[in-house]
Amino acid sequence: MNDMTPTREQRTAALEGMGCKRKRVEDIRFTQGRGNYVDDVKLPGMLHGDFVRSPHAHARVKSINAEEALKVPGVLAVITAETLKTVNLAWMPTLAGDVQMVLADGKVLFQNQEVAFVVATDRYAADDGINKVEVEYEPLPPLVDPFKAMDHNAPVLREDLDGKTTGAHGPRKHHNHIFEWTVGDKDLTDAAFRKAEVTIKEMISYHRTHPSPLETCQCVCSFDKVKGELTIWGTFQAPHVIRTVVSLIAKLPEQKIHVIAPDIGGGFGNKVGAYPGYICAAVASIVTGKPVKWVEDRIENLTATSFARDYHMTTEIAATKEGKVTGLRVHVLADHGAFDACADPSKWPAGFFNIVTGSYDFPTAHLSVDGVYTNKAPGGVAYRCSFRVTEAAYCIERAMDILAQKLGMDPAELRLKNFIKPEQFPYHSALGWEYDSGDYHTAMRKMMETTDYAALRKEQTEKREAFRRGETREIMGLGVSFFTEIVGAGPSKNCDILGIAMFDSCEIRMHPTGAGIARMGTKSQGQGHETTWAQIIATEIGIPADNIQVEEGNTDTAPYGLGTYGSRSTPVAGAAIAMAARKIKAKAQMIAAYKLEVHEDDLEFDIDGFRVKGLPEKFMSMKDICWAAYNSVPPGMEPGLEAVSYYDPPNMTYPFGAYLCVMDIDVDTGVYKVRRFYALDDCGTRINPMIIEGQVHGGLTEAFAIAMGQEIRYDDTGNVVTGSFMDFFMPTAVETPHWETDFTVTPSPHHPIGAKGVGESPNVGGVPAFSNAVNDAFSFLGSTHIQMPHDFWRNWQAAKNLGAVA
Amino acid sequence: MIPGPFSYHRPASLADAVKLLADLGDDARPLAGGHSLVPMMKLRLATPAHLVDLHDVADLKGIRGYGDTVVIGAMTTQHELLASGEIRQTLPILQEAAALIADPQVRYCGTIGGNVANGDPGNDMPALMMVLGANFRLNGPGGERDVPANEFYQGAYFTALEPGEILTSISIPVPPAGHGYAYEKLKRKVGDYATAAAAVVLTMAGGKVATCAIGLTNLHETPLLATDAANAVIGTSLDAATLKKAAAAAEAIMAPAADARGPVEYRKHVGGIMVMRALQRAAGGTA
Repeated sequence: MNDMTPTREQRTAALEGMGCKRKRVEDIRFTQGRGNYVDDVKLPGMLHGDFVRSPHAHARVKSINAEEALKVPGVLAVITAETLKTVNLAWMPTLAGDVQMVLADGKVLFQNQEVAFVVATDRYAADDGINKVEVEYEPLPPLVDPFKAMDHNAPVLREDLDGKTTGAHGPRKHHNHIFEWTVGDKDLTDAAFRKAEVTIKEMISYHRTHPSPLETCQCVCSFDKVKGELTIWGTFQAPHVIRTVVSLIAKLPEQKIHVIAPDIGGGFGNKVGAYPGYICAAVASIVTGKPVKWVEDRIENLTATSFARDYHMTTEIAATKEGKVTGLRVHVLADHGAFDACADPSKWPAGFFNIVTGSYDFPTAHLSVDGVYTNKAPGGVAYRCSFRVTEAAYCIERAMDILAQKLGMDPAELRLKNFIKPEQFPYHSALGWEYDSGDYHTAMRKMMETTDYAALRKEQTEKREAFRRGETREIMGLGVSFFTEIVGAGPSKNCDILGIAMFDSCEIRMHPTGAGIARMGTKSQGQGHETTWAQIIATEIGIPADNIQVEEGNTDTAPYGLGTYGSRSTPVAGAAIAMAARKIKAKAQMIAAYKLEVHEDDLEFDIDGFRVKGLPEKFMSMKDICWAAYNSVPPGMEPGLEAVSYYDPPNMTYPFGAYLCVMDIDVDTGVYKVRRFYALDDCGTRINPMIIEGQVHGGLTEAFAIAMGQEIRYDDTGNVVTGSFMDFFMPTAVETPHWETDFTVTPSPHHPIGAKGVGESPNVGGVPAFSNAVNDAFSFLGSTHIQMPHDFWRNWQAAKNLGAVA
Repeated sequence: MIPGPFSYHRPASLADAVKLLADLGDDARPLAGGHSLVPMMKLRLATPAHLVDLHDVADLKGIRGYGDTVVIGAMTTQHELLASGEIRQTLPILQEAAALIADPQVRYCGTIGGNVANGDPGNDMPALMMVLGANFRLNGPGGERDVPANEFYQGAYFTALEPGEILTSISIPVPPAGHGYAYEKLKRKVGDYATAAAAVVLTMAGGKVATCAIGLTNLHETPLLATDAANAVIGTSLDAATLKKAAAAAEAIMAPAADARGPVEYRKHVGGIMVMRALQRAAGGTA
């Protein structure tokens, strides 16, 4: 070997494969303003549509008069429910098995509901037209409080469901009831509570909030009358699902629908579902024969498309005096708004909320969820979390703190005492899940050692004494959170969307020169798939990541997949990528054996090619194999080097983490300072540590926002009072705390590369850490539970209620 | 979020601007930095038929010191205030407050004239103008006149400006050398209006407060001068009891709206705290 021969380390590094902090390849275009978003799509003759929206939360629509609007220069059409009825599209199915008005049909059920769609030659004319559409409303009593939804005299919201005593998920108890979902053993759980030495009970609310991606929801629909084909550019987290849904509801052959999701500016669950804007733009294009663009503004995004959370969780834990948990009982009142448009796998009306036993070994548990209608926007999407998992994690993590307080135990010690032990995995939870792997004690202890948890508790004790002596007006809280997520939906045995199993896919095509293109059924919205997917392939087949182009989002070219949300891309598509790469590698091995004139069993894979065992100089690089695949394959073998994999995961993955938030609160103003935030994440095998860190930073920032002030709030008459970024808390870099990240690695035993997914963990684990910090700060003044969000005035209110402020 | 139709005018002189505004009447609005007006137009809460952009009117720009007075052109941006050596030396409280207004991008465009003349109770500069005893020079169809800041604000978005009149400059008497000052602003985040804010300018003599003015932002439909609160601290060494008295006197004139920043009770309470903190910090900074 001469000096120029690269070392094994150099050859590995050259691949920039798994474990490499590879810079994001997509950032080259994003940082130079060269991304291509939906609003960048400009087609010849393109029209613009915009909505007339309801000012009322609940009203009868007496009449819609478009006469004046049609006189506005540039306004071409005003579409109403009556127009849509002619094509049978006045209502559309939701992912949750309900139906939703596309445009107000006789009634409006929430403020800013879509009432009419004005189509014009430009956006300005469309807005001018909106202001000229006259709608006559007869206001009806609004139902805002979900706890009053099933009152005897509650107003009837959904007249279309009159007399329907059964919904998509079983019997309905009341005219505003959507479903009841129960899991677990009620008798056993009731017995555990009867025998319990200690119990706690608290109503823990997770308020309504919104994913609010930087780019709002939008689309361009272009119908070609001659070909009978509809092309839709849209902000879709799941483009293939959109194609199938459009085919089913618009009765267009699926091959005549082309869905393209170009660059997406954040999704966070907001861009999973189908919205009236998509339907109206498509119908408008079919009617006018011209392309039609619809772009939501910020107020529309916050008030009409897909809120998240709004779960009110009455939570009880049974335990022994020593702090061993013996039972969990949770009842959830779920406020779904006017239509059940939750984006959950179809059979799961409350998502995977039954992960609510968390990281703890509960011998028995029982859960029931009641979904109700209110006069609020529909949605219930998974805002940077797997379906309803963040609600579950908040519920159990808050409840464990409340139990610790009642027992006089340290919350970290209580958790250590009740964790599922490493030897119990795979672990069958009382509410039906099989946790694939975990090592909770190690993660928790690492968090406690790194942060010097014991010293922080000592400081807190001293500070409390100083507060009592009147020497300080600041109180200190430690927020412990230990979460277990359930992500990677999912196995076909328990997950589907409208009957389509939740597999995902990858197709890899290697080119003769040792480069290739890989396409997936997922769709990045900022996750960095173009970077990380290439890294998996690089390590699997030994071709540099830079030589692999990753393409997603075009349903004509990408293999069918269920899209990106619920941290499913790495657990499902990541596995498909590895499996497709292994098919490539298997064929490459046969070609190498033929060229090196040995049996393929005599070859071993060595970083970037195949080597004959025991004969290190007999080596063929993957680059050369790619060339050979196109000119000298073994006799009888097809030329080319391509593979496709559709991966149906055998199980979910269960990432976990240990977080600690250290917070100081000025009781006189309620102003908090996050002094320190430590986040340890275990997402199994780490593909790109830099991207993981970025994901954790982003998710923690969203968790901070949600816990400390971000909410969609309605007044008593159903007006949204947080409809813009003036009032909806969107922290800037100035408010955002500094994040300390750390990790342990417990690979998933069933995933081809052991990866578990990470994008949503920090949101799931972060919210309880912040809320527990606030609650911990106030606990010594006598409080048990203070509801989120913990913004300044509410902290002051808490201090005042506890007598800490005059 | 799309404004209605309007005509755009860009006069090159003050005379032309005044004439345009007079001719166009109520349908016209002057455009300075646009940070209050343009969002209102996007929501169609404001639908002026004409916008008269003042950016080309050279007479409206610049900061000039005249010994005991500083004159600031209405189109001076917050950024220019922050960069001005004259302001740093004579009116440092303006720089402290300007740095708390929104973010750099807004401050490059937002003007002091727009901030004080729009009558938005959330704006920071009006309370400072009252505390500093500023005079506003107005120009309109009836000619030129001066109005003290203390008499300018009549209600939310209602000011002493007559139809067709614009604010052209602000003259501010220079506070004595060695004065203490502070602007305490509680806000939820960068870019937000104050939940409550208090401006203080004071002088000390022999360890006691000699003169004092206290202004309040966003605690009423207009900015407020808290005269009783200021009187309560004159002649004292700002002991704890006096601070509480001043806060109580200030709270007595506050009438904030309940909004997402908090209920009335909270906003008044933290308003009092801002007064106490501003007094303490201002006194600590005297020479």
